[in-house]
Amino acid sequence: MHNKNQYLQEELLRTSGVNPKKCMRCGKCSATCPAYDEMEYHPHQFVNMVESGDIEPLLNSKSLYRCLSCFACIDRCPRGVEPAKLVEAVRLAAIRKQGANHLKADDVPAMLDDDIPQQALVSAFRKYAK
Amino acid sequence: MKVSYFPGCTLKTKAKELDAYARKCAEVLGVTLEEIEDWQCCGGVFSTSRDEVATKLSSVRALKAANDKEQPLVTVCSACHNVIKQTNHQVQTDAEFADKVNRYMAPEAPYSGETAVYHYLEMLRDLVGFDKIKEKVVNPQTGKKIAAYYGCLLLRPNKVMQMDDPENPSIIEDFIRAIGAQPVIYASRNECCGGYVTMESPELAKKKSNAVTGNAAAAGAEMMVTACPLCRYNLVKNGSEIPVVYFTELLAEALGVKEDTNA
Repeated sequence: MHNKNQYLQEELLRTSGVNPKKCMRCGKCSATCPAYDEMEYHPHQFVNMVESGDIEPLLNSKSLYRCLSCFACIDRCPRGVEPAKLVEAVRLAAIRKQGANHLKADDVPAMLDDDIPQQALVSAFRKYAK
Repeated sequence: MKVSYFPGCTLKTKAKELDAYARKCAEVLGVTLEEIEDWQCCGGVFSTSRDEVATKLSSVRALKAANDKEQPLVTVCSACHNVIKQTNHQVQTDAEFADKVNRYMAPEAPYSGETAVYHYLEMLRDLVGFDKIKEKVVNPQTGKKIAAYYGCLLLRPNKVMQMDDPENPSIIEDFIRAIGAQPVIYASRNECCGGYVTMESPELAKKKSNAVTGNAAAAGAEMMVTACPLCRYNLVKNGSEIPVVYFTELLAEALGVKEDTNA
């Protein structure tokens, strides 16, 4: 079967270091995900969809920006698949495109309050902009 | 004992009390925190992508600076600790990454991950000892029921962080006992508060933080302690029923270098 996303798929697997073939479809990653309710595609679906080359819907999904980077799915996967690494790889593939930053500096002032720690800002730029 | 110290961006600004009490308490306990010269922000979140190299150089530089002084590297902020420790692990285990960072930095001697990285809590447990802290307590926090909030960054990913049992940790509870208070165990102590999406999705952050603080309060806690400025901000902003304080503030009270916050 021809996979039009073969190049992208290879890049995602290489940069994430994830081997989706190790997944035994138990769903524990999604069960433990604290952002599950906010995600259109859940951690186990990232694993399955990247494996099958169905990557376009993931690239355009807001699920990319709901991952909390809490590493729960990484630690609790009984097979060591580490789905969050794949979520991040897809997110980077999306925001690394020219002009595709999810967070724009001009939008930041409206999000600030007097107490917000610098940590929130630097993390947001790390996660959502290139 | 002297150790290299990486304060990080937030401890120099919004979380000055976390930094100031960490230094004061360390002195009382016989440890000098030597701030790394010209340190740079760690970026706040570790990228798991193997081709993210330049964004990790600030961490490698801090690690290298500590190694040059043959000192362990200590951080107080959970996020700095997580980023620096994971970066160190990547230097140790990913030869291609180690080669790239050394080419960027062009040091006289290459850095290969030699530095021992400690969170301040680990320093208290492993380098000072909770028994010694107990001896130094002049103002025991007797009767305070305190919920330890680990969140995600101190414990995960466990195969790298190796701080404690990631699903049933005890380091902060042992710390709470050492200063004479009573730890309160509750289910959400190692669940995420949603801090990283506090700007991106305030509703999600609120939902997650309320679940954590509600759980701690229902278990009978009077206050929560954390090491993470982002967790603290997020928990407080979203209306925690109980106060959320830095663990260094309580330590400072117990060691007699700070006035009681409840006074």
